[in-house]
Amino acid sequence: MLADLTAIAFNEEGFMTDPSQWTKEIAEVLAKQEGLETLTPEHWKIIDFCRQAGLASGKSPTLRQITTGTGISTKDLFALFPKGPAKKVAKIAGLGKPEGCV
Amino acid sequence: MKTLLILGGGTGGTMVANKMSAALDPQEWRVVVVDKDENHYYQPGFLFIPFGIYSPSDVVKPKRNFLPPSVEMIFSDIERIEPDQNRVRLAGNRSIHYDYLVIATGSFIRPEQLPGLMDGGWRRNIFDFYTPEGAAALARHLKFWKGGRLVLNVAEMPIKCPVAPLEFLFLADWFFKQRGMRDKVEITFVTPLPGAFTKPRASSILGNMLEDRGIRLETEYSIMEVDNARQVIRSYDEREIPYDLFITIPTNMGAEVIAASGMGDELNFVPVNKNTMQSLKWENVWLIGDASNAPASKAGSVAHFMLEVVVENILRHMEGLEPLPKFDGHANCFIESGNDKGVLIDFNYDVEPLPGMFPLPGFGPFSLLKESPANHWGKMMFKWVYWNVLLKGGEMPFESQMSMAGKWK
Repeated sequence: MLADLTAIAFNEEGFMTDPSQWTKEIAEVLAKQEGLETLTPEHWKIIDFCRQAGLASGKSPTLRQITTGTGISTKDLFALFPKGPAKKVAKIAGLGKPEGCV
Repeated sequence: MKTLLILGGGTGGTMVANKMSAALDPQEWRVVVVDKDENHYYQPGFLFIPFGIYSPSDVVKPKRNFLPPSVEMIFSDIERIEPDQNRVRLAGNRSIHYDYLVIATGSFIRPEQLPGLMDGGWRRNIFDFYTPEGAAALARHLKFWKGGRLVLNVAEMPIKCPVAPLEFLFLADWFFKQRGMRDKVEITFVTPLPGAFTKPRASSILGNMLEDRGIRLETEYSIMEVDNARQVIRSYDEREIPYDLFITIPTNMGAEVIAASGMGDELNFVPVNKNTMQSLKWENVWLIGDASNAPASKAGSVAHFMLEVVVENILRHMEGLEPLPKFDGHANCFIESGNDKGVLIDFNYDVEPLPGMFPLPGFGPFSLLKESPANHWGKMMFKWVYWNVLLKGGEMPFESQMSMAGKWK
């Protein structure tokens, strides 16, 4: 049974606008939309880190913050979340779009 | 005697030393600046060196010239900061105790962070222009270059002066046109960002300026390696881009001493309150310029806008008052666009660059987010302003906080 996303607020780019609405079940559905059929423990390690870091700082973590924080290499990160991992994880973790800073 | 210790004698450190030595009683306080390099570089000038507009000697003067005689200047490596002991260890077993510490140790390119970048091609057909040596080597190379595929890549954000890569591209287009060889050069800008720049309005206008000049744009590119044997760069998502001449803006990181002291984040930038410029961890430690992790542009104009806030807050703290959250992330950048024209952008943490006139609403003389000859002259005059007014902490004709006057929504 998939989680129901009808009550969840998204922006025009598909990022959740209220991170407090997020649940693990929602993450599973968002992951499927991003082309990830199953989330392995490795995926969850990264998602959990991003949730934590994102809620603490109010911003989605950068690629380098994720690799430093989880000890997972950039190459593996791209294997787990193909194309843009920082953006993809932020979306699945219910956080805003990572900004390239200024 | 009490000690105000400033680490780094670049743009930020020099300005703080000038302001604080004027504000503090010399009977009570000594102001000390430590830096390993006796040269002060006008860093915005590096951009012009590859195109022969400036020579390396145009952008360097002795650091000592910009500090008053009352400031003690020590030329030394800094080995470790020990903020719990209010002490800094210098090379040769020397150490300094401080009452207040200002960290102005800057940011630096780290080419060794990218695999393959320094294998064989470094300063032969691969160049940076963020160091005087790199910019001068590139000038020598461009002088006799016959053309081909020029690829400019930003490895990772944040970088010092985020508009410099765009300026380089505009100037390169102009340089090759002037030499009658623009048709022999294919220029590609490869960036980790989703567009030409970080903020939407500016990104679209600057993106159009690239397009008008026939400069290709490759976005959301996370570079994995340089393969100079085959002259290609490769991204993590396996996009390969061939080059003949590769211009790199490598990963930028804070000073090594920040890492050695355990005071930095994953890029050796020191966590700071982005509005007061006080360290998040030590109340007598303050930050200025690009050494901090404040989400503002890493640029000299930003250090200048931080200055008033840092100085006022240190003086308030000395009187037992709370620091004021007055730094708004204000940045003001001239973007040289070639053909003796330039663009000016003015923005802060909350307001992206907008069109309009600056600094006088309706009059300018500078136009915002639009190419004009006045903006070019502003940029060229700025070198004089930098050496003669800005470093000494002199008054500029606008406020530290960004103003909405003269901007169009």
